[in-house]
Amino acid sequence: MKHLVILGAGTAGTMMANHLSHQLEKNDWKISIVDERKEHHYQPGYLFLPFDIYSPSDIIKSIDEFIPKNAELIRGSINKIAPKENKVHMEDGSELNYDVLIIATGAKIAPEETEGMKGIEWQKSVFDFYTFEGSLALRNKLRDWQGGKLVVHITEMPIKCPVAPLEFAFLADSFFKHKHMRDKVEITYVTPLSGAFTKPKATEALEHLLKEKNINIESDFAIEHVNNENKTIVDYGGRVIPFDILVTVPTNKGDEMIERSGMGDDLNYVPTHKATLQSKEYANIFVLGDASNIPASKAGSVAHFEAEILTDNILHYINGEPLKEEFDGHANCFIETGNGKALLIDFNYTHEPVEGSFPFAGIGPLRLLKESRMNHMGKLAFRWIYWNVLLKGTHIPFVSATMSESGKHYN
Amino acid sequence: MEKIIAGKSVAVNEEGYLTDFKQWDESIAKELAAEAEISLTPRHWEVLTYLQTEFKNEVPLSIRKIGKSGVVDIKEFYQLFPKAPLKTATKIAGIPKPASCI
Repeated sequence: MKHLVILGAGTAGTMMANHLSHQLEKNDWKISIVDERKEHHYQPGYLFLPFDIYSPSDIIKSIDEFIPKNAELIRGSINKIAPKENKVHMEDGSELNYDVLIIATGAKIAPEETEGMKGIEWQKSVFDFYTFEGSLALRNKLRDWQGGKLVVHITEMPIKCPVAPLEFAFLADSFFKHKHMRDKVEITYVTPLSGAFTKPKATEALEHLLKEKNINIESDFAIEHVNNENKTIVDYGGRVIPFDILVTVPTNKGDEMIERSGMGDDLNYVPTHKATLQSKEYANIFVLGDASNIPASKAGSVAHFEAEILTDNILHYINGEPLKEEFDGHANCFIETGNGKALLIDFNYTHEPVEGSFPFAGIGPLRLLKESRMNHMGKLAFRWIYWNVLLKGTHIPFVSATMSESGKHYN
Repeated sequence: MEKIIAGKSVAVNEEGYLTDFKQWDESIAKELAAEAEISLTPRHWEVLTYLQTEFKNEVPLSIRKIGKSGVVDIKEFYQLFPKAPLKTATKIAGIPKPASCI
């Protein structure tokens, strides 16, 4: 009996367990999936929690619910991977031997990387919304905040869901408008990038929206420290931005277990072949989702597209066949813009987001890079799709793993 | 597109970055630095040489990586190339603007 081990039962790991449970020969292969947590969180929901659009029960379900019956869920902490021995060492001293290993341990925030970020103002006036606790603390703060300077800030790239901080700024604008206090709130968007987003056409559209919503943008800001006393953020060039509430996206890093295993780069991401998703160092290790260093967005949609291709590649690997170099960096993201509207972007390694229609060329019903109510309905419907379709590894009809160029307006 | 820098015609992109590192030389660096209101000291040259070496070794550049390089810390990097040091320094070094972001 051979053993396939998946580390991490988040979005990526759970999808792989479901795909592979249908594909691997049950008499030959045992599938184990390892995670220390009990809850599976719908991470995109963290964006909505601070504004009372979602409640905690919309976001949290049990991990067990989504693990296929023929896979064993091992609840425990991972100490490290010993890739040369094909072993995973657990914190409790036990060991798992594997024939094939899938790393899906994700990325998380590391506020301690920035001086003063996790200081006395942490969760008092300095917040993150990339954790459940942070998002909930922010909700409680915003419920009776009287107004002032709201600063939405990105520490450094790459981060999970690079559009989320922009969405946060847009939703905040909408939230304070509905509370009839928009005139009491000054919103500033602070980014280390040269503009609102990483790709030129989307940046143009998003900067237009920021302007329309009266949100200031401060670009090229590389934070040096948070000053808890004066409530300011200061960059290496000496630029100072004051805040009453700082909503920051701290540095994102891969799991410390990757560092302990000696398998990561300087941010604990595992060097991975960007088209096959195979580890660059070990042929029987594959890396999926946020844990890898591939130059694609760290987003659930990316993990979903990767999972379809990785499933094929695991089967190829097991059968001794060459791997398919097929993953193209495909990402598909809704961007909430407030007031019941959203944008949709669809892009990959080589093609930036542009205008057009999706998923049917010329028809839609979703519009690319343009605000619409239908896009917003798509984003809200996505939560249902996530729990009921995506995690189960079911293919989403009409949306292919590799990006389609049809219906898109490239110059 | 072509641009005349230090009396030489070189290929640049729309943001003014050289597209062929082989066309770079010290006189071009000095003129690009002057455009950014920087006069190059030996310290600047050490950093530029480091950036060019990393580029030749195909190491992706980021502010974080430079801070940990041992060549220069981030604070000094900002003093040498104010405002947006990575963008300015790579331009002067004749290498592509880092795509450190996704």
